[in-house]
Amino acid sequence: MMLELKNLNVYYGAIHALKSLNVNIDKGEIVTLIGANGAGKSTTLKTISGLLKPRTGEVIFDGKSIYNLSAPEIVKKGIVHVPEGRRIFSTMSVLENLEMGAFTKNNKTEIAEDIEKAYTYFPILKERREQLAGTLSGGEQQMLAIARGLMSRPKLILLDEPSMGLAPIIVNEIFNIIKTINKSGTTVLLVEQNANMALKIADRAYIIRTGEIELEGKAKDLLKDESVRKAYLEG
Amino acid sequence: MEQIIQQLINGVSLGSIYALIALGYTMVYGILSLINFAHGEIYMIGAFVGYALTTFLGLGFIPSLLISMLVCSILGMIIEKIAYKPMRNSTRIAILITAISVSLFLQYTMVYFVGPETRTFPQVLESQRLNLFNGNVILDTKNIYIFLITVILMITLQFVVKKTKVGKAMRAVSLDKDAAELMGINVNKIISYTFAMGSALAGAAGVLVGIYYNTINPLMGAGPGLKAFVAAVLGGIGLIPGAVFGGFFLGITETLVSAFGGSVYKDAVAFAILIVILLVKPTGLLGKNLKEKV
Repeated sequence: MMLELKNLNVYYGAIHALKSLNVNIDKGEIVTLIGANGAGKSTTLKTISGLLKPRTGEVIFDGKSIYNLSAPEIVKKGIVHVPEGRRIFSTMSVLENLEMGAFTKNNKTEIAEDIEKAYTYFPILKERREQLAGTLSGGEQQMLAIARGLMSRPKLILLDEPSMGLAPIIVNEIFNIIKTINKSGTTVLLVEQNANMALKIADRAYIIRTGEIELEGKAKDLLKDESVRKAYLEG
Repeated sequence: MEQIIQQLINGVSLGSIYALIALGYTMVYGILSLINFAHGEIYMIGAFVGYALTTFLGLGFIPSLLISMLVCSILGMIIEKIAYKPMRNSTRIAILITAISVSLFLQYTMVYFVGPETRTFPQVLESQRLNLFNGNVILDTKNIYIFLITVILMITLQFVVKKTKVGKAMRAVSLDKDAAELMGINVNKIISYTFAMGSALAGAAGVLVGIYYNTINPLMGAGPGLKAFVAAVLGGIGLIPGAVFGGFFLGITETLVSAFGGSVYKDAVAFAILIVILLVKPTGLLGKNLKEKV
């Protein structure tokens, strides 16, 4: 098992945001976490990446407990979190954003290779490399956010709502790239409100509701599940 | 005409000093949204370190300048660690009060140790007077040194911020701390470096002012500190070019106002400009309102 969340309890002050959460991810999988607004999806990702600390419970990555490490140390361990809303550095160039993604790396030739690799995933970023990131379109910013995340050569990438606010055609493109990234060996934890799309590319899925896992299973099965269809896929 | 040129020369020297101090204000503000009111005191301590090195150790100008910058950068990091870091998540008013307390603490600690009296800064720079326009305009070599050193420091700063990994990380942290952490950037370290760099520039300004005006005292930081703050806001706080522009603009304005009989009012003019700018363009003269894409 690559990542294991064990009985995770996370609070925002008095609010109990995650209630005894258990999630497992195997190497090479795409796992999606689906749920409504405020269900605790982003909280889960922030707890994994070290922005939030659990009150009780464990985050185990590659067999080692990581919940007490700082966010930068967790990046060094091989987990990268592409946050909701892209959060690119708007007044820095596309290239500088990618360089920041490689902050934990020191080997200049490897960084240069990774930048080239990012450009093959997202050719538009090569064209725009000197442009300020804030001037990119929403879809391009999302591509940059993912590319920037990949610069740290993660074993596990956490993607928070990559489809948010994007046109359907761009969403398709982004999801195709997520599949490609996964095929080239990176494990993916995908948080989405677009449950339909997420279930189509994922191997397994967890459905989270008010901080608790309501349902888990193979993505294929959940896509057909009557209650899931009613709650998350239709309307 | 000659008088205007003379005043421009003086204004550029004064402006250099304001600009160097303003840079520290603006860098710290950019990264923490904190007005570091103790910054003027770092400049004062820079002047005293320079004074001690030249008077008691007999060091020359350049070594004194560099050591003073180093001492100030360490001081800046210590202040950040002790006074501001524990307050990071407090309300802005609490942090502001802390900053003012640190400022007063440093002022009166210095008064306690060195006494309140004004001291004469030794003449470590050969000063030669060049007479221009038949002697109607005097260009002191000190003016040239101050301007040159300011320009060199600014170019170095610009290089660090634009080209080095640490500089880029500083910009990233100032734009979005959480996102920077998610990239593996150690935000606390970067904040520490920012204080170090800003304080080093203030230390340099302290030594330069000692050389320019020849006198220093423990309360000398309050006035120029406030003026440099005005300069930073005037140019657009958080923006490095804004601080440079604001510093020179304020320095030149002040000397011109003094030259035309208004020396009593020069501070009033500086703050009047601040009020007008805040009313008309709160983001500062070089500030932009960047719209964020959602």
